[in-house]
Amino acid sequence: MQDIDQHNLADEIKPPVTQVGIIGWIRTNLFKGWFNSILTLITVYILWVIIPPLIRWAFIDSLWFSTGEECKQIDGACWSIIPTNLRFILFGFYPYDQQWRPLVAMALLIALLFYSRNRDHWKKPLAYAWILGLSLMGLLMKGGLFGLSSVDSSQWGGLPLTLLLSIFGLTAAYPLGILLALGRRSKMATVKALSIIYIELIRGVPLISLLFMSSVVFPLFLPEGVNINNIIRAQVAIILFTAAYIAEVVRGGLQAIPRGQYEAAESLGLNYYLSMRLIVLPQALKIVIPPSVQQLISAFKDTSLVVIIALFDVLKTTQTILSDPQWMGFSAEAYIFVALIYFLCCFFMSNYSRRLERELETGL
Amino acid sequence: MTKESTGPKKTPQTDKIAFWYDPKKRSILYQLGILAMVGLLGYYLISNTLANLERQNIATGFGFLEKESSFEIGESLIPYSAADKYARALMVGVLNTLLVSFIGVVLTVILGTFIGIARLSTNWIVNRLAAVYIEVFQDIPVLLQLFFWYAFFYEILPGPRQALSPLTGVFLSNRGLVFAVPVVHAAHMYMAVAFLAGCIGIYFLRRWARQRQAKTGMAFPVFRVSVVILILLQLLAWMAGGAPTEMSVPELKAFNFQGGLNVSPEFTALLLGLVLYTAAFVAEAVRAGIQSVSKGQREAAMSIGLKPNQLLQLVILPQALRVIIPPLTSQMLSLTKNSSLAVAIGYPDFVSVAGTAINQTGQAIEGVAMIMIVYLFFSLSTSAFMNWYNKKIALVER
Repeated sequence: MQDIDQHNLADEIKPPVTQVGIIGWIRTNLFKGWFNSILTLITVYILWVIIPPLIRWAFIDSLWFSTGEECKQIDGACWSIIPTNLRFILFGFYPYDQQWRPLVAMALLIALLFYSRNRDHWKKPLAYAWILGLSLMGLLMKGGLFGLSSVDSSQWGGLPLTLLLSIFGLTAAYPLGILLALGRRSKMATVKALSIIYIELIRGVPLISLLFMSSVVFPLFLPEGVNINNIIRAQVAIILFTAAYIAEVVRGGLQAIPRGQYEAAESLGLNYYLSMRLIVLPQALKIVIPPSVQQLISAFKDTSLVVIIALFDVLKTTQTILSDPQWMGFSAEAYIFVALIYFLCCFFMSNYSRRLERELETGL
Repeated sequence: MTKESTGPKKTPQTDKIAFWYDPKKRSILYQLGILAMVGLLGYYLISNTLANLERQNIATGFGFLEKESSFEIGESLIPYSAADKYARALMVGVLNTLLVSFIGVVLTVILGTFIGIARLSTNWIVNRLAAVYIEVFQDIPVLLQLFFWYAFFYEILPGPRQALSPLTGVFLSNRGLVFAVPVVHAAHMYMAVAFLAGCIGIYFLRRWARQRQAKTGMAFPVFRVSVVILILLQLLAWMAGGAPTEMSVPELKAFNFQGGLNVSPEFTALLLGLVLYTAAFVAEAVRAGIQSVSKGQREAAMSIGLKPNQLLQLVILPQALRVIIPPLTSQMLSLTKNSSLAVAIGYPDFVSVAGTAINQTGQAIEGVAMIMIVYLFFSLSTSAFMNWYNKKIALVER
């Protein structure tokens, strides 16, 4: 009897206006207690001081399509620097009339990435598609076949170079990283020691010292008369650097596999290679997919360091434009544009890694 | 006795097995093979290098450290001129790297903790702002951020005449950051000593308070007493030194500021970029650490009558820190390593000085080796310290 009464009561009497709807939301989320109220007021005041002038600078007083001289007359942002120099920023010194090739290559890469997002597509054909796609991209960039004029890799630059260094870097670093991770857990003392020394040595030094090494020391390592292009040398440095970090990521996955799995594999009579390939690695690599995407993000951001050894990645092409007297002094606009490119790429990747983490959590 | 019983069983087996089926012998064989490969590779590289060095007439060895450097360094913590040796120039670089890393780590931990807590705030607007901050600053390469802040100083900020003054005595212009500092006085030395003495005293006070609480159960307000002790000691030392109040205030003379402490645009841009970037990662670590403490812990602590500050100090923090410390260590290390990007914006850190030395002497191998050794030393010592600290606060299991 009492139960029914309470039920009716809850149905008939609506909660007070101050607890539902917009007012209720504001009360619980912005003005709950005196401390929160003060916090809200201070934050809103700071935003009020910062945001309107920023909007005025970026949108109201700004010029979008003009020359550098016209920009110097105004107070607002000079976005004109972007559309006027877009092709140089994106493609660097790649021959002007051939720039459709890196564009198609990038479109191909993005299409492949989007197709690979869906886990239902993770089957063997996808791996072949990637191999085919990557070689096609290399062919498009390099040329020299099927009537495409040959473009020397020293002319590669801009966004394609950034993407190339990071994607190839991670792809090539992954097998090496897996080997190092297995080596670190090996029972053979020499292998273990060598792996540990390599991993800790690389993780202890900044990437920039490896890039220096690739640009000034590496040529000394080669026999006389052998020259390797500086893009490839930087790529090797990035691969060696990323491999050490991948190794630690993979080691985390290997450690998460219960001991029973190793023992079960052994008791089935599988040798080391087969037990790793069929039992341990498939499970371990699945666990480390989300941190691997994180590693891709940091490899992507790290490629920007090649600026320091004077490779023309997207940051260096932007700086080249900024050293043009016509566009001098508009660094903020140009850097914001480049930051936006990086942000969008990283944002999608990290969102994807979070989604994967949620999806894969129930596995294993 | 035992020898006899195991002997006959073992010998026939080892006789039968061919050595490549014996895992132990096989593993020795593998290891020898790998060592031989690594050795051959090393020999190949070294012989090539020696041949190249000889052909290009490049000197080897660290003899150049004793030569005159003949280049100027913009900022230095120790007296330095172009007439000094390379060794001293490199020392200047190491000190500059240490300076920016140390200040950077301290500011990053403070800012990161603050933003991490803001991220957990029930206040919607604060929470959202912290989330936006973390996402934006994590996803932009730190080098780009450094370039941005460098351009911010040189292009956007006005000259010293129209310098911005966000607080009285603090000026921001394209010559860097200038702020008022007290004029050096003997009393400051006393205050430093008093501070050290206060810290030592507080250490013993804490020990005594803990022992007393263990024995009698009576709590002692350690934190409040410590603060009072520190402030009182400082005040006493200041008064004993003659209570100096003179400040060196920056004043605009001719084209630049005179007086006060001037921090160069390069240093400020580097610090700003590193701190804002790394703080985003630290904030994530702090948030994850605090969230890892289950709600039941909080409720249990409240139900046994702990006050909010005791709840934080005795229940939440000890558990959260265990989760926070490892990622925090790696962020500190990454900040130190990223400080090498100073070379891109012209702050004379170690990599930048060593780079100049490489260009002048042509001794690239020694230069890069020194860079690696110095950073390895920083990394290994930081992680050794943090491992020690981590062990200290780790969960003591029964």
